Amino acid sequence: MTTTQVPDAYGRFGTFGGRYVPETLMNALYELEEAYNRYKDDPDFLAEVRYLLKQYSGRPTPLYYAERLTEHLGGAKIYLKREDLNHTGAHKINNTIGQAVLAKRMGKKKIIAETGAGQHGVASATVAALLGLECKVFMGEEDTKRQALNVFRMKLLGAEVVPVTSGTRTLKDACNETLRYWVSHVDDTYYILGSVTGPHPYPMMVRDFQRVIGLETKDQILEAEGRLPDVIVAAVGGGSNAMGIFHPFVADTSVRLIGVEAAGRGVDTDKHAATMTKGTPGVFQGSMSYVLQDEGGQVQEAHSISAGLDYPGIGPEHAYLKDIKRAEYVPITDAEALDALQLLSRKEGIIPALESAHAVAHTLKLAPTLPKEQTVVINLSGRGDKDVESIIGYLGGDLP
Amino acid sequence: MSTATANAIDTVFAELSARGETALIPFLTMGDPDLDTSVKLIAAAEAAGAHMIELGVPYSDPLADGPVIQRASERALRRRISLTDCIGVASKARAAGVRMPFILFTYFNPALQLGLERFFGLLQEHGFSGVIIPDLPLEEDAEVRGIAERTGVHLIPLVAPTSEARVERIASKAKGFVYCVSSLGVTGVRSDFHAGIDRFLATVRRASSVPICVGFGISSREQAERFAGVADGVIVGSAIVRQVEASLPPEALGDTGLTEAGLAAVQAFIADLKPRKPEKA
Repeated sequence: MTTTQVPDAYGRFGTFGGRYVPETLMNALYELEEAYNRYKDDPDFLAEVRYLLKQYSGRPTPLYYAERLTEHLGGAKIYLKREDLNHTGAHKINNTIGQAVLAKRMGKKKIIAETGAGQHGVASATVAALLGLECKVFMGEEDTKRQALNVFRMKLLGAEVVPVTSGTRTLKDACNETLRYWVSHVDDTYYILGSVTGPHPYPMMVRDFQRVIGLETKDQILEAEGRLPDVIVAAVGGGSNAMGIFHPFVADTSVRLIGVEAAGRGVDTDKHAATMTKGTPGVFQGSMSYVLQDEGGQVQEAHSISAGLDYPGIGPEHAYLKDIKRAEYVPITDAEALDALQLLSRKEGIIPALESAHAVAHTLKLAPTLPKEQTVVINLSGRGDKDVESIIGYLGGDLP
Repeated sequence: MSTATANAIDTVFAELSARGETALIPFLTMGDPDLDTSVKLIAAAEAAGAHMIELGVPYSDPLADGPVIQRASERALRRRISLTDCIGVASKARAAGVRMPFILFTYFNPALQLGLERFFGLLQEHGFSGVIIPDLPLEEDAEVRGIAERTGVHLIPLVAPTSEARVERIASKAKGFVYCVSSLGVTGVRSDFHAGIDRFLATVRRASSVPICVGFGISSREQAERFAGVADGVIVGSAIVRQVEASLPPEALGDTGLTEAGLAAVQAFIADLKPRKPEKA
């Protein structure tokens, strides 16, 4: 298996990836790649990142055996990788800590970030405060309204939130606007990209910073079960939490890797974000991957109840894992995710983020079909506190 | 090079060079406000003194463009203008008597989805002399470059003030001209250019065997003249697209009088951009 050797020098995962950006950014990407290659094995750099992950974010996160959920489903044993217990409430901070420490080593004083629901924005604003960096977060105007609480959190942390009014006014256009701003301020500004997407070296670098999830999981499951898990399930929007938990297991071919994407109101409607199920290969926001697009190559608007999965692209390494058939990608609808969120809340006392609820929902279908000796690990990428208001909107204020 | 295979861009630059003139290269977003008006705008640009023209393809995610061209793209996309529609405009403009060379400006994905062979086949068929793909840097352009060379359509590269050591590699492979980005940032009107712009242009000049043109942010005759001495051409995009937005709103389309007045206003604006005092260095 050569999958651990991707990407190549051009940032290619098979035919996916690459660097499709305006010329103005090319040297900045090389500068970033060079800096990352210089520091990624540097003991001082790694020690600082490890220290912050442990003492600041609270790693390692537990691998929790969900006994009541397992019994309820009557099949494989279900473990939850508790990324929701990270500082700021999601896996996003694994990456922002890594990149912010790198930005500082590169001598950058200003960071910028894009955000959809606000989780990556909050994680970026948090590390900016921690490391004394100036922070600007670009957020679709539509999302600033839907996620007013996160906007205020970012401001409390000292970041400036820039509402994006172009295009769809959501995550896709927030990404475009962050790239445009970076083109104009490339001299002194570091762009903390939040997922395993965009031009090389981001998909590789963000993956590497998120790999801590899978590395911990491996140690923890071996300790708990004495063997590797049979299945790992994770939600995919851009795909950073999934890549983080998948990657250390890619060479372990006995482990099934399942990415769960948002089917919104259904993959046969025009309201979904099922990039792998319905998308086709194309170039979008700096790399070649699967994209939701029309026949003319215009990128389509995505839809999901979960703002973190509401994205018409996906990281190029996921496209690669799909094409070499090392990982599977399945759709879960808004309604299925909402049901799963409620079930996990009641069976385990854990309210998952709507994103993570998609991974839970697929496990609800899968686990009962597997023998009791098998184990399934769900990457519980974030907690649901941020979503409570929108869940009220969907379920109504009165629960039975 | 025999006349049969001479690219019209090369011919125009040779003529301008002989006369000591600087090329004026307007940019228009195709389908804004509609395709018929685009044909008329191209004719108006030529009547105003343009020497060649960039026809911009509207795209959902125009990363290199500022707000003016983004808005124009959105207006055109609401009319479902496709890449093939935009390419087809060139033939219509020729039929309307336009003689200057056409350069297509498109992001990579629409061309990729059409199929690169088919894309270049259509460019040839509709009489394009060049193509600019702003999100296709040197590292990714091998296949496109191969087909471009085979079909005789110039792949015009961009260089930026941040390109540094890349200038040599990019300029040495350039066909048609080298598109020099005047400042850090996206397209759009601005009052100041990159501080080291003249040094940057001199670097590109040394590395290039084809003409060099300056674009991104040029919006007035004063600015065009500022570059006339050091570059072979100036590209004006957002300032013209903004003029189209103001003079030819969708409401004007049904009204012949308003449309004629709008076209005249855009033509006058382009005519006024033309550098008057060519001072070749």
